Amino acid sequence: MSRAPRPPQPAGPEIDVVGAAIGARLRARDLSAAPDALNLLESTVPTDREQSAALLAEVSPAWLGQEAPGHIVGITGPPGAGKSTLLSALLRAWRQEGLSVAMLAVDPSSRRSGGSLLGDRARIDFDPTDAGVFIRSTSAGTQLGGLSWATRAAAQALAAAFDVVVIETVGVGQAETDVADVADTIAVVVQPGSGDVLQFLKSGIMEIPDVLVVTKADLGQVAVRTRRDLSAALRSLGSRATQVIAVSSLSPPQGVEELVAALQTHREQLDLPQRRLHARRASALADYAREHGERGLSALGGRRAAQAMLAALDPGADVPALVAALERRAAN
Amino acid sequence: MGATRPYNGCMDDIRNPRLPERDRPWMMRTYAGHSTAKASNELYRRNLQKGQTGLSVAFDLPTQTGYDPDDELARGEVGKVGVPVSHRGDMAALMDGIPLGEMNTSMTINATAAWLLALYIVAAEEQGVSEKSLQGTTQNDIVKEFLARGTYAFGPAPSLRLIADMIAYTVEHVPKWNPINICSYHLQEAGATPVQEIAYAMSNAIAVLDAVRERVPEQLMGQVFGRISFFVNAGVRFVEEHAKLRAMGILWEELGRERYGVSDPKHLRFRYGVQVNSLGLTEAQPENNVQRIVLEALAVTLGRDARARAMQLPAWNEALGLPRPWDQQWSLRIQQVLAYETDILEYPDIFEGSHVMDALVAELLEGARAEMAVVAEHGGAVEAVPYMKGALVDAHRERIQRIESGEQTVVGQNRFTETEDSPLTADGDGGILVVDPAVEAEQIDAIRRWRSERDQAAVDTALTELARVAALASATGDAAENADTENLMIPTIAAARAGATTGEWARALREVFGSYRAPTGVGEAAPASGDGELGELRDRVAALGERLGRRPKILVGKPGLDGHSNGAEQIAVRARDAGMDVVYEGIRLTPAQIAASARQEGVHVIGLSILSGSHRELIPAVIDALRDAGVSAPVIVGGIIPDQDVAPLRAAGVAAVYTPKDFDITEIVSDIVALLAADAEQSRSDAPATVA
Repeated sequence: MSRAPRPPQPAGPEIDVVGAAIGARLRARDLSAAPDALNLLESTVPTDREQSAALLAEVSPAWLGQEAPGHIVGITGPPGAGKSTLLSALLRAWRQEGLSVAMLAVDPSSRRSGGSLLGDRARIDFDPTDAGVFIRSTSAGTQLGGLSWATRAAAQALAAAFDVVVIETVGVGQAETDVADVADTIAVVVQPGSGDVLQFLKSGIMEIPDVLVVTKADLGQVAVRTRRDLSAALRSLGSRATQVIAVSSLSPPQGVEELVAALQTHREQLDLPQRRLHARRASALADYAREHGERGLSALGGRRAAQAMLAALDPGADVPALVAALERRAAN
Repeated sequence: MGATRPYNGCMDDIRNPRLPERDRPWMMRTYAGHSTAKASNELYRRNLQKGQTGLSVAFDLPTQTGYDPDDELARGEVGKVGVPVSHRGDMAALMDGIPLGEMNTSMTINATAAWLLALYIVAAEEQGVSEKSLQGTTQNDIVKEFLARGTYAFGPAPSLRLIADMIAYTVEHVPKWNPINICSYHLQEAGATPVQEIAYAMSNAIAVLDAVRERVPEQLMGQVFGRISFFVNAGVRFVEEHAKLRAMGILWEELGRERYGVSDPKHLRFRYGVQVNSLGLTEAQPENNVQRIVLEALAVTLGRDARARAMQLPAWNEALGLPRPWDQQWSLRIQQVLAYETDILEYPDIFEGSHVMDALVAELLEGARAEMAVVAEHGGAVEAVPYMKGALVDAHRERIQRIESGEQTVVGQNRFTETEDSPLTADGDGGILVVDPAVEAEQIDAIRRWRSERDQAAVDTALTELARVAALASATGDAAENADTENLMIPTIAAARAGATTGEWARALREVFGSYRAPTGVGEAAPASGDGELGELRDRVAALGERLGRRPKILVGKPGLDGHSNGAEQIAVRARDAGMDVVYEGIRLTPAQIAASARQEGVHVIGLSILSGSHRELIPAVIDALRDAGVSAPVIVGGIIPDQDVAPLRAAGVAAVYTPKDFDITEIVSDIVALLAADAEQSRSDAPATVA
């Protein structure tokens, strides 16, 4: 892909400066821009949303001249499956390879008050003075089991600066479908003996992940059996690509290097531009529908027509630009 | 009455309701230690002269968590809540002139209990006293550290192995030692109801005994069971509290007979020491704490069948800061009046035959058995730590809400609050002990000198051997399969003799066992209903969120080594219930960790909690780290902060300080929201200037 011209800017010069400047820092792989980027992307103030659009434009494929180079990895699994321990081990392994890592930890919020307790970062073991690691806890927002707009946008933006961007979500079943719309590689974490994932896989409630991780391999027989059952289920579903990897964080740790390699292999075999393009279009449609509802979709002639319109737009355009295009179309 | 139940009293004649001979009083102790081994030794000797009959050693937090005074994490904590003991030289100085063959010493030490017992054994050796004759107790209860107190060092499996090794060692070599004190004390401090206190303590004992059973010959189990003692709490509802202790005695005997096949009545006896409740002591009108302490002491002394073996009482001013020797003397005198002036030691059990007491006990037993079954369903006490922690956070929140609403009366705090000025706190020191900040620097010099003067090769050899033995069992993480592997006490005692330090011993084990963080419990806490005050607060939080562009976000954490996290947890849960995003970081954070989290998480405000007295050093260090990281968010501080320290903290940049007298958590969260709203208003009016 050749370098595209700078996309048109939505507003006057002095208002642009904040979002565009943060975007430019990310593009220059300045990792210290990450907190500012998140603070802006999470904001719902209308002027901040304009700045967010400016930020995303700066890190769009059109402006980068390619897809953002970072590997976006979705890691999802039920509570207690050992995700935090696994993430600590992965973090260590990636840092040893010299890769910078951003983690977006999505916690379920309290429905009643809207408040949330974001406790995950305390469970992830990392060096607070290491500038190559960024961890941000975010609440899931208003959609059940979903990702907030900010998390999806942040994953795309941070992939311009960080080598690896992890989105960690809690749940199993429907929860990972939203992650699948933004991640390059999906790993589902299962603890030995829990039959849920197996059932969900067989019954088709759950999409087949790219990698399945069985934690607590130190438990011995039960871990071996879980791994065998999952492999058998995958074979019967005709999936040969999905690797099932057993990991243990107890000393001596095992399986982590294998997992890192499996994630990397998946990424290398992936048609990245296609997957990212699909992700952006899916995100744009979801955002549009959330904002304008069924009425907005019918103004475009229905969901299928909207998808067709998106398919005809610039493949290098970022999500806000795609949404804006749909909105213009609906207004005409 | 004699027809339906056997009479257990010691008298022959029912018309004479007295014991033939007055009972001997319980062991009287004062939980003490601060600054240095030498200063603490002087304090101990004076306390013994005053009629105290045993010692209770308070260690400082670095010693409790396995760090030397010159470790980064020890900053601000050296000599604060107890005495630093880093090597055998410190232990010898601490026990100088105290005959260890005769003394009965209780040590509040858990994660590093094996190490401190080793130092004690070596100190006795140096006095020419054999370990065979040593008497005392190491607290050594790690499950409650995960649940309530926070001074753990290793994960559950290696911690249990250390405990089991210690028990196996002492049963054989230090036969008069109580190697573990199962603590229900701290559970009550963390908000446990009497039923929870009984159930969790008993479940904890089961976990320990099951682990030991794998490491000692079956025929020793009776002796092992007999060496397990308890450390309990007693609150001001002293009738129910007494019933609780009777219930524990019954459950304990049952457990011994049924689960461990113990039959010797001597081994089956429920033995406990006590420190009465600190949670209920108030900062407001602190003199009222004296009568609370007296009534609580009655709970554990009134009935002969469930009387404490040893007692230590808190001081009237513990909610204000560290008690001075005079404050502690007052508490010792309470014990002495009770034992030597009143007649409670002259009678057999005065509740024998009381229908009310029996019914109370039966009620508690029923509740405790049900709760023990829940813990067992979770896979036992170790596996159930997250469940129990969540239940404690919930119970504590309910207690606070009862006090906030006035449903539960706390005299001088939420009722009868009119007061005259107190002459007790009028002195320049505010009525508390202030540890000289120079102590830390002295201890750092001292330990460096110690390291440079010892035989380094001998220390290295000893630590290598310690690591080798530690690695033997942790390869599988399963103590059960390694019953015949070498006991960790052996290389631990060798390292103590060689002159290794507390930090070196713990580091060698951390390298083998790995690091560990206990669950925080706040994630499991149930959401509150949004009635009344909280509903109004939620509206304000929502409005603030509109203005800020995202939900108000608070970081709550505890710098330093202090593990008392109840206050921080309650703030975190209430802020969540009010609709805020809460990043709860838990305990033992360095300033660098707090600064990195605040920056990365983009929080609007930072709440820090410290109860160990290290706030004067740590809070300014955290604020410096925050500002260096480019975080300008306001910092609020809660904890045991004496009045005279508030102004210096404000000067260092703290926006607000909260102490135990601010018991209304909703009000604190409301204050924080108001602070953020004022800041948002300010930056809005500033905004045009920055854009232009």
